[in-house]
Amino acid sequence: MSAFLTLLFRNRLAALGAVVIAAILILVLNIPLLPLHDPDVTATADRFMRPFAEGHLLGTDHLGRDLLSRLLHGTRLSLAVGIAAALIAAAIGSAIGIFAGYFGGRTDNIVMRGVDMLMAFPYILLALAIVAALGPGLMNALIAVAAVNVPFFARNIRGITVGLAGREFVDAARLAGMGHIRIVLTELLPNVLPVIVIAMSTTVGWMILETAGLSFLGLGSQPPQADLGSMLGEARSAMISHPHTSIVPGLMIFLIVMSINLLGDGVRDALDPRLRSGALSRPRATTLVKRHGDVPPATDELLAIQDLHTEFHVGKRNLRAVDGVSLAVRPGECLGVIGESGSGKSVTALSVMGLVASPPGVITGGAARFQGEDLIGAPYESLRQKRGNRVAYIFQDPLSTLHPLYRVGQQLAEAIRSHNNLSNTEARVRAIQLLNDVRIPNAKSRVDDYPHEMSGGMRQRVGIAMALANEPDVIIADEPTTALDVTVQAQILSLLDDLRRERGLAIIFITHDFGVVAQLCDRVAVMYAGQIVEEGPTQAVLDAPAHPYTKRLIACVPELGGGRRELAAIPGLPPVLDDLPPGCAFAPRCSKAAKRCRQGEIPLHGPAFHAVRCLFPERAL
Amino acid sequence: MGGYILKRLISAVPVLFGITIIVFLIMSLIPGDPATAILGSYATPENVEKLNRELGLDKPMVQRYFIWLGNMLTGDFGRSFSLNRPVIDEVLERFNATMILSGTSFLLCSILGILAGVISAARQYGFADKAITFVVLIGISVPSFFLGMMMILLFAVHLRWLPVSGMYAIYGGGDISDLIRHLIMPALALAAVATGVVARLSRSAMLEVLRQDFVRTARANGVPERRVIMGHALRVAMVSILPVLGIQAGFVLSGAVYIEIVFQWPGVGRMLVDAILARDLLVVQGGVVFVAACYVLFNIAVDVAQSLLDPRIKT
Repeated sequence: MSAFLTLLFRNRLAALGAVVIAAILILVLNIPLLPLHDPDVTATADRFMRPFAEGHLLGTDHLGRDLLSRLLHGTRLSLAVGIAAALIAAAIGSAIGIFAGYFGGRTDNIVMRGVDMLMAFPYILLALAIVAALGPGLMNALIAVAAVNVPFFARNIRGITVGLAGREFVDAARLAGMGHIRIVLTELLPNVLPVIVIAMSTTVGWMILETAGLSFLGLGSQPPQADLGSMLGEARSAMISHPHTSIVPGLMIFLIVMSINLLGDGVRDALDPRLRSGALSRPRATTLVKRHGDVPPATDELLAIQDLHTEFHVGKRNLRAVDGVSLAVRPGECLGVIGESGSGKSVTALSVMGLVASPPGVITGGAARFQGEDLIGAPYESLRQKRGNRVAYIFQDPLSTLHPLYRVGQQLAEAIRSHNNLSNTEARVRAIQLLNDVRIPNAKSRVDDYPHEMSGGMRQRVGIAMALANEPDVIIADEPTTALDVTVQAQILSLLDDLRRERGLAIIFITHDFGVVAQLCDRVAVMYAGQIVEEGPTQAVLDAPAHPYTKRLIACVPELGGGRRELAAIPGLPPVLDDLPPGCAFAPRCSKAAKRCRQGEIPLHGPAFHAVRCLFPERAL
Repeated sequence: MGGYILKRLISAVPVLFGITIIVFLIMSLIPGDPATAILGSYATPENVEKLNRELGLDKPMVQRYFIWLGNMLTGDFGRSFSLNRPVIDEVLERFNATMILSGTSFLLCSILGILAGVISAARQYGFADKAITFVVLIGISVPSFFLGMMMILLFAVHLRWLPVSGMYAIYGGGDISDLIRHLIMPALALAAVATGVVARLSRSAMLEVLRQDFVRTARANGVPERRVIMGHALRVAMVSILPVLGIQAGFVLSGAVYIEIVFQWPGVGRMLVDAILARDLLVVQGGVVFVAACYVLFNIAVDVAQSLLDPRIKT
């Protein structure tokens, strides 16, 4: 509770709302103690006195009545009527909702149909009809506003109750022989109450406004009794000559509604865990770059990642997802990057083109060079022109990575037209051709499919076709086969392999599966906790891994027809990235770890073609 | 598509019946004898009896309902005693004015609201976002009738840019430019709250969508950021914005009652309030049923638009 209040008041606007509404409440509750004029005593000689007139702080109205006094009395009445309407609507609506949700079946169906019918009205029509039948008057306006809001509560509470009514504790109570009424009162109501309170806090401001509105129309409070709405309604005829009589009650309604809104928003935000974690931030068009230290000099590689550092800044925590990674690919080469989830392999790949979601991602050091040109911190437009054009990505789950509402042909055509000046028809022809290239049968008709109309394998082929659309030099494939079954996976892999050989593509292939690496990659880099722990030719690493982690990872791959070797899971979990111990990050899970392993940084060492970051490698390099 | 529309129309039939039943039940809440309520306490017994017979109030309730329903289906909504003309004529004439006002407001709140929400989301925590959030907060807190009055004070009385009230100038008006000049203030005042609500929702819908994977794909393909936001992201966000537009249409239609009073706009809302104060219940009854039925049909149109927007919805 106190954590909730701290959160609520850290939100300065919510605190402001709370202070304003509290001040108003204190004022109107202490009306008998305040030295006020009688709100209903008229003095025609003192009509329309301006604010700050002697004896009348806010002036007087068209009958010479003291505006301050009328304002406070009117506010008290408006608040009381609005809150009463909210309480009545909440009580009746919740009762209906609990009744329908608890008994379910036919009862539920009939009751909720009725509720739906009530909701089919624009709300004020219903309120007007009720006032028309009962006649104008504050009490009738209250009834009308409450009645109009009953369906809202009924529907919300019914939804919650349906969920609760099927739970074990309700069944248990039923088996214990408790009656319906007791179950509802002792088991359901306590669980539903918080929802009712929240629903009330979001609607009470609105109900105050609505009752004021009916009074404004002359259908609510009748003279001489006045709430804020009827004060405004009466003042309207003199609005042009004496605007202050309108502005005073109008501003008060505005203040009340705004402070309740602010407070309500604050309550909602404080209760929403997503806001606290910053998960509702939108990623920028490119990853934020804040580089410290020197930028490594250019090399002549096609794509070179040099001493890359990427962090996630979440609240006060800095998670070092990528911690000094260097990689490079040549044309026609396939480099595998392998590691468990959370090892930083995807983040490394996404950093190249500034695609790490930011916030929370920040690139804090290093370089990513395409043909010598540094992409980190490059201007947006220069980065955009290379995205998909020179360096293309294939992502993991094509159902979420393809646009759900565009036809695949449109998406391909757009990818092409983002970099080429082609007409729509030309782009469509090219899209069909691309679908043919990735061996989608019947490409001419599939081009008009939506992603949800295709199978997983077909969708992934579309993803590959999209990556090929502009004949890039490098493709970065981020676990493109993980979501697919084994036969489809094999087809996709051989497709990628063919394309690489035909077109001289460089591929960076990210995976957690050594089997896939063995099939496709020339070289492999093994990542752990944001660092490369071993890098070398695939066959050499597979035959004789040097890092204990690599060895365990290879042991995780089941061997077909083998059956003798035991599948070895790696004990322990990957480390937390904002609290890495000094020395080797794998040490806590390593059986060979010695005291030296936990001290100081361990460099990647060995001959140029096969390097390892370990003090006690499995074999000498 | 035609089949889907038909299916939705058929499913609306019970709702339309429900509406008439609810209105009928509310009207039978009238305490005491309705004829006395209409004619006032000074009415002679003969007159009360005559009116009761005319209204069919001497018959049992269920029978009365079906007579009323049958009459309505043939376009007979009864005769207004205060206006001395058929209710349906009055309602249709007034509904026309209301549609001009709330239709304009609805367009305004949709366009401005979505635009503000998109800009706000795209510039999250930036100056534009903070400015829009602030204006929206004020917009959704200000009572529309108060806003309307303040607009009259500023733009009509002080600056004399726009006419104070009415739908057409009394002398020499009547053309479209005259209508637009009279329409600007009430349409804006009526749109304010709905614009705020739509902007808020559009902002959060866009933020939700911008975090999704297909946005990253579009960026990875080098699609220009403007198109990523206004095309890819907004298209998906619209799927959750559109139903809210449907709900806001109801709020705009409701708010029109206040705005019509403040700006002396000759619409249904003002007709209803006048009829309530004059105890002309047939006008209230007919007006409410007619507008509610139109609103039901409008919501079907929203559903159809939704199915056009989202191919994943089975039609």
